[in-house]
Amino acid sequence: MLGLSKKDRNLLILVILLTLATPILLQPFPEGSALAQFNAGYPDLMQRFAIYGIFAIGFNILFGLTGYLSFGHAAFLGVGSYSVVWMYKLLSYNVLPGLILAVIMSALFALLIGFISLRRSGIYFSILTLAFAQMSFNLAYSVLTPLTNGETGLQVYTNDPQVLMSAGSPSSPHFFGIVMNESAKIDVGGWQFTFSNGYYFCAIIAILVFYLSLRIFRSPFGIMLRAIKTNQTRMSYTGLNSRPYTLAAFVISGMYAGLAGGLLASMDPLAGAERMQWTASGEVVLMTILGGAGTLMGPVLGAGFIKYFENIFSKINDNILHTWFSALPDGLEDAIVFMLHPFIGKGWNLTLGLLFMMVVIFLPGGLIEGGTRIWNLVTGKNKKRGVPGKAKEHHPTPTPHVN
Amino acid sequence: MSKFQINRRGLIKSGAAIGAGLALPTIFTSSARAYLNEPKGATVTLGFNVPQTGPYADEGLDELRAQELAVQHLNGEGDGGMLNTFSSKMLKGNGILGKKVQFVSGDTQTKSDAARAAAKSMIEKDGAVMINGGSSSGVAVAVQGLCQEAGVIFMAGLTHSNDTTGKDKKRNGFRHFFNAYMSGEALAPVLAKAYGADRRAYHLTADYTWGWTQQESIAAATEKLGWETVNNVLTPLAATDFSSYIAPVLNSGADVLILNHYGGNMVNSLTNAVQFGLRDKMVNGKQFEIIVPLYSELMAAGAGANVRGVYGSMNWNWQLQDEGSKAFVKSFGEKYGRPPSNSAHTCYVQTLLYADACERAGTFDPCGVVAALEGFEFDGMGNGPTLYRADDHQCFKDVLVMKGTDNPTNEYDTLEIVEVTPRAQVEYAPDHPMFAGGDLGQCNSGA
Amino acid sequence: MDAIILQVLNGLDKGSAYAMIALGLTLIFGTLGVVNFAHGALFMLGSFCAVTLQRILSLSYTVEDPTQKDFLGNPLKVDMPYIVSWFGDATGNAILDWSVPLAILFAIPVMLLIGYVMERGLIKHFYKRPHADQILVTFGLAIVIQEIVKYFYGANPIPTPAPDMFRGSVDFGVMIGFAQNEIIYPYWRLVYFLFSAVIIGSVFAFLRFTTFGMVVRAGMADRETVGLLGINIDKRFTIMFGIAAAVAGLAGVMYAPINSPNYHMGMDFLVLSFVVVVVGGMGSLPGAVLAGFLLGILESFASMNEVKSVLPGIDQIIIYLVAIIILLTRPRGLMGRKGVMEE
Repeated sequence: MLGLSKKDRNLLILVILLTLATPILLQPFPEGSALAQFNAGYPDLMQRFAIYGIFAIGFNILFGLTGYLSFGHAAFLGVGSYSVVWMYKLLSYNVLPGLILAVIMSALFALLIGFISLRRSGIYFSILTLAFAQMSFNLAYSVLTPLTNGETGLQVYTNDPQVLMSAGSPSSPHFFGIVMNESAKIDVGGWQFTFSNGYYFCAIIAILVFYLSLRIFRSPFGIMLRAIKTNQTRMSYTGLNSRPYTLAAFVISGMYAGLAGGLLASMDPLAGAERMQWTASGEVVLMTILGGAGTLMGPVLGAGFIKYFENIFSKINDNILHTWFSALPDGLEDAIVFMLHPFIGKGWNLTLGLLFMMVVIFLPGGLIEGGTRIWNLVTGKNKKRGVPGKAKEHHPTPTPHVN
Repeated sequence: MSKFQINRRGLIKSGAAIGAGLALPTIFTSSARAYLNEPKGATVTLGFNVPQTGPYADEGLDELRAQELAVQHLNGEGDGGMLNTFSSKMLKGNGILGKKVQFVSGDTQTKSDAARAAAKSMIEKDGAVMINGGSSSGVAVAVQGLCQEAGVIFMAGLTHSNDTTGKDKKRNGFRHFFNAYMSGEALAPVLAKAYGADRRAYHLTADYTWGWTQQESIAAATEKLGWETVNNVLTPLAATDFSSYIAPVLNSGADVLILNHYGGNMVNSLTNAVQFGLRDKMVNGKQFEIIVPLYSELMAAGAGANVRGVYGSMNWNWQLQDEGSKAFVKSFGEKYGRPPSNSAHTCYVQTLLYADACERAGTFDPCGVVAALEGFEFDGMGNGPTLYRADDHQCFKDVLVMKGTDNPTNEYDTLEIVEVTPRAQVEYAPDHPMFAGGDLGQCNSGA
Repeated sequence: MDAIILQVLNGLDKGSAYAMIALGLTLIFGTLGVVNFAHGALFMLGSFCAVTLQRILSLSYTVEDPTQKDFLGNPLKVDMPYIVSWFGDATGNAILDWSVPLAILFAIPVMLLIGYVMERGLIKHFYKRPHADQILVTFGLAIVIQEIVKYFYGANPIPTPAPDMFRGSVDFGVMIGFAQNEIIYPYWRLVYFLFSAVIIGSVFAFLRFTTFGMVVRAGMADRETVGLLGINIDKRFTIMFGIAAAVAGLAGVMYAPINSPNYHMGMDFLVLSFVVVVVGGMGSLPGAVLAGFLLGILESFASMNEVKSVLPGIDQIIIYLVAIIILLTRPRGLMGRKGVMEE
């Protein structure tokens, strides 16, 4: 079916089910319970999971397959966002023209940056991409303000042309009348589930692009890319010019990033320059490696992991801690709150940093490897076999650093 | 107008979008609401969105402290602080409209994206009816836009750019803090008096929107009094070492350096300028001077001895001796062992103003609150008689001109009040060119 | 002309910070083959050594002064540093005043120890892992280090002034025939430049003229052969890691008076120092130093008004632009060797 092997088809079906049921799965604790703080099933965060998932899937096509580590992918994210908001300003709040433009613009940018950067490899490539992205960020924040609205972020003003806007059309982002920030709240028992249009819009696109990346991974093109990663020299000895392949991978992953950026602006009609900063490029690298580079699902897991910490842990403050432990005797309660205090709220970065280190130290293959290990533990399978198609992919062979 | 609540059309569309055959449960208990996040139980939730990570984390921490204090006072705990001095007597210390006040907090990271994500989470997940806080204009404008779209009230924290209540003003957003124009108007006369009317000024300006409005305002105000602007050099936001921008200043014929920088930029540029010995030089037969239009206690502390004798402006300072300020400093100081910063004061006052507006409107409905705040005159909050102007939602009140203390007696004694500029001197017409181009739009209650 | 001399001076000064950080970074890379993203954090820790020593020296007991009032109206508590009460006003205050240079003595053992612990405790386990893993784990470490510093010292910059003696600036212009005030330069920055020259010089001399350095250089060229000769190269490399950490730390200590230290200053320098290392050529020590000074000077030139008026915003991107041009014309940076970090 759909040109997939049985294993891949099962994986795709699993992904579809998980994605569609996300609003339920991420809401495991009843409203009002102390643990409801850990629920993540509200539209904004779910949308971010899907969008950054797309971003990471795209990044993985470049890094996971070819081994080229780009430190500048955030530039495409920014380009995508700016394209969509400009389409809002010029045409109307329909997201479709913007998303199409976002993909085209990011492809053009990726073609230009990729064409230049791919002349070098290894860390020299990384620094070239980083340099392009940082230039874009610095200029967008200052000199290019007429185009980007600088610090404030590009947004729609009432005096913008919006030539396609008619009286009845929605005044916030929509897809042919399906308004992104509308949602249905359903109460079942103590639980409240939010089914948001925006989330399902992102989710469907995420499933489509996941399917696309699955096909790329399994295609001759994908195999060619992996061959480049394994030994580029040998590839060129066979008389094959690898650059068109890597450039194609770079452009494809740039388009993914542009699409993700466009979707960010489709959910929330504002494009900020920070999206292009090196920290944003670094974030997608972290997501991919943390989840498991070269695996299909790893980057998505990594994206979810980081966004969850950013949004949920940063919101836990001392007051919430006190309510959790209020049942304990006063002295003990204060002691526990004091112990946890550095790790929550303003300390969420510390928790994230520690978790990064732990994952990298103990799970060299990323979160996916953790999942595999648990799976093997449960099923009692031999570790070697692992989850379909993963074992070989996520470990780039260690290469000598210095010759 | 955006909608967050459930309605039949949205539901059908969601259903269509789900498509994949997810059966729609027919159990609906969410009853129709008059406005977004209408508090149904015995409590009401406020959202405090402050920078908790990044360079402004300490500023955010101070804002959060003040907001916690405000919640305590609203709930009748503690000594009541400014509730006792506030000219409106609607708040009785029994919460807001009889509902106990709760709060949730988020991290803006001083990035507009992250700030919007945090605010959205508080609105969508925690049911916050109001968002308060922040420490930069970019974040304030971004979150203000979000609150307008979502249909909750935004009470801005520290935001000093003219744009917040100028071209980016929104019906649902309110700014208590002063702005760049007011800084310029308050500072210029004091500067002219202290340094003479024939000075030549060299501007270093942070290269982003706030920096530009700040530079425009102070240049206009000083030029009106006879100063000449020799040069205006834009510096990158990411710059940490300003030596190459400061080195040419002495040679330019300027005898005053104006640093339109904030936060880490300002601490570094001022430190660098003092290192270069600019303030020991004589140019055009006059003592060379440095000016920092916007001060904050934390920046002054970061720059240490370098601020001594340097003029700037502030929204409020803990050394003010009116009853309101004294009450606030006392309860803040007793709780946290340090005097509050001016951004803490703004966040505290904004929380009380919001609560009071709800009481006067008799509802949490954003449109009711907007109507209650527009044109509201009050006193006893530390800045003298104050007006929340209906045309642009900007507070008009006295502005403080500050100077770095020459002989500090303790670690909080970094700045001293030189003059309290009366409100009349910093007022401007709503259609002033520096504020033109915006439109408040209609109030949005999210219904 | 005077403007150009001025910017060369500025550039040398900026460049010396870049060069020192990049030197340590490339030293770690060249010896251990590890990409250390926590190197900026080491620089930051150096600055905080200065802050810490300043705090230790100004540890005080409080005396209540009934004649003055604090902000709540209680009698003012006046701090009396122990140092001052032990050594008397003059000596005590002089020690306080010189806390930044004194912090050098404090920082060397501290940074060597931190470097040693880092290498033995964490980095050691990552020699055989892919560069991506090394980057991730050291990046995680950098976040943890800076969050710990933030927890104890807050996020606000902390003023750490240079000794009074170095206040103000020297009028260079007058010495070489220009008018007064045309070329002035702060004393402390001159000190910083000379200091960095000494540090960089000693690192090179150490590698060049000592047996230890010779072995290390041999190990950098061919680790396996040196190992086969029965030399414990790992131990020496560990010590080199400590030295690299100390160089970054010293760069940080002396930088404290130039910009007040804050917890995220390491991240501000991290990206730039990587660009410097790569432009210099991965694994090349002279390349790192050369690139540091080159980029520092070009950055200063780009911020000249004359240049900015022709190309607005050029100072925002100059470093990256130069990096791109150099990497496109010289494939392995200025002095890089073939095959290093190209896979």
